[in-house]
Amino acid sequence: MTAAMPFPALLARLDRAPRADRPLAQADALLAEAETVLATWLRAHGKRPTRAAVEGFRLLALHRQGARGDPSFNACRETCRELVYLRNVVAQRRDDATEAGRVLRLQAMVLRHLALFVGGKLENARLGEFCCASRPLRAQETEGRPGAAGGQD
Amino acid sequence: MAGDLKKVAYYPGCVLEGTGHAYNRSTKEVGKVLGLDLVEVKNWNCCGAMEVKNTDPKLQTYLSARNLSIAQGMGFDTVMAPCNGCYHNLKKAEYDLKNDPASVEMNERVSTKAGHPAYRAGKVETIHAIDWLKRAVGEEELARRVTNSLKGLKVANYYGCMYTRPRHIFPEKDKGPGSESTLRPHFMDDLLAAAGAENVEYPLKTACCGGAHALSDCDTSTTLVLNLLETAEACGAEVIATNCPTCHTGLEMHQVRADKVLGRKTRVRILYFTQLIGMALGLSARKVGVPENMSDPSDVLQAKGLG
Repeated sequence: MTAAMPFPALLARLDRAPRADRPLAQADALLAEAETVLATWLRAHGKRPTRAAVEGFRLLALHRQGARGDPSFNACRETCRELVYLRNVVAQRRDDATEAGRVLRLQAMVLRHLALFVGGKLENARLGEFCCASRPLRAQETEGRPGAAGGQD
Repeated sequence: MAGDLKKVAYYPGCVLEGTGHAYNRSTKEVGKVLGLDLVEVKNWNCCGAMEVKNTDPKLQTYLSARNLSIAQGMGFDTVMAPCNGCYHNLKKAEYDLKNDPASVEMNERVSTKAGHPAYRAGKVETIHAIDWLKRAVGEEELARRVTNSLKGLKVANYYGCMYTRPRHIFPEKDKGPGSESTLRPHFMDDLLAAAGAENVEYPLKTACCGGAHALSDCDTSTTLVLNLLETAEACGAEVIATNCPTCHTGLEMHQVRADKVLGRKTRVRILYFTQLIGMALGLSARKVGVPENMSDPSDVLQAKGLG
C-alpha cells in the first residue's frame, strides 16, 4: 500500500527527525511543502495556484482558493491554520532547541495529515498519477495474493 | 434559547443503536448519575446522514426537521444529539429553514403530505452531548461529583470534523471567552480536565479521519487514522477521547488494519469521552460499555485504577 501513497517523496522526508539547527527555516520549509500539496490539488483541477497571501500566509490563500466551489475541501482548513500556528510557535521559541524540535515534529505530523487528506481526495477524484497505481495493489488485497495482508482482513 | 438543560429531548440517531451502542449506554448512564433526564424523541427517524444529503439536500433538511418537530410537540425547546453527524444535520436543518426559502417550502410540503406539523426555525435548539454536560452540569459541579479521578491519564481530545464544520451552521460558536472554538475546540478538554484527566496538546483535534471512506476506500482511511494515532502517541497520549461514533469506530477499526496491513502498531487506547467521565463518576467499565468497544483498554484503565 505504501508504494501507492500520494506525495511519496514528501512523506519520506517527513519521516526524518528535524535537525537541531535553524528551526525557523525548517518550519518555513514545512509550510512551503504544504503549499506544494495544495498547489498540486489546484493544478489537478486546472487552476493556477495563487501567489497571494491571507493573513500573511500563502498557504491560507491557497486553501481558500482550493475550497472555492468545493466545500468539502474545508475539512483541511483547520489543518492549514494549525500548520501556520505551529510555524509561529517555532518562531517564538526558536532559541529553545528542545521545544522548537518538539513543535517541528508536530508540524511535520500535521503536514503529513494534509498530504494524506489531499492525496486521498485526489485519488477519489481520480486525479494524480498515483491513483491508477493503487488499483493493482487493492486487487491483490481482495484476491488475497501472497504478501497481501489485506486478503486476511 | 435553551434554559433548564436538566431535562432535554434525546436524539440518539441510528449509529448509537448499532456500532455506537457504547456511546449511547455511557451517555445515558452519565446523565443518570448526574441527575439529568433524557427523554428520547418519539418515533424519530434518520437525520438524513450522507446518503440522503447527497441525493437531495432539501430532503435531508426535511428528515432532520421532522425530528425537531416531534421534539417540539413533546414540549421541548432543546434536543441533544451525541453523534457528530446527527448534531451537524439537525443544526444544518435549523440553518436552512432560517435562511433558505426553498428548504422551507419543501419542508412545509412534505410535512403536510406526511400529516404532521412542519417545523419552523427558532423553536428547538440542537446541542451536542458535550454542550449538554458543559451547560447542564459544568466543570465545577462535575469536579465536585468525581469519585474516581482520571488523574494521571494523558488524553488527546479528538473532536472530528463535523462538530465544528461548516462554521456558519454553529452561530453560537466562536463568540469569545466561554464559547466553543471551531478552530481549536476545547469543551471536551474542559470536561475531562474537570474529571482529572491530563489533556495533551493535540494538533489534529478536528482533522479528517476519512470516516466517509472507511469502508469504500479503506486505504485512505487507514493512513489518515494511523497519522491521528501516531500523532496522539507522539504528543504523549495514552487515550484518545472521542465524541463521534463514526470517528470512534474508524479509529478502532483502522488501528487494527494499520497493524495488519502496514505493520504499524499503535498502543494508544480509544474511548468515548462519556465513558471516561462515567468512570470518573464511579461507574464501572462495564456500566459505560467499555467491553463493547472493539479495542481493549483494560490494561491502561486498570493501571490508573479505573473501571
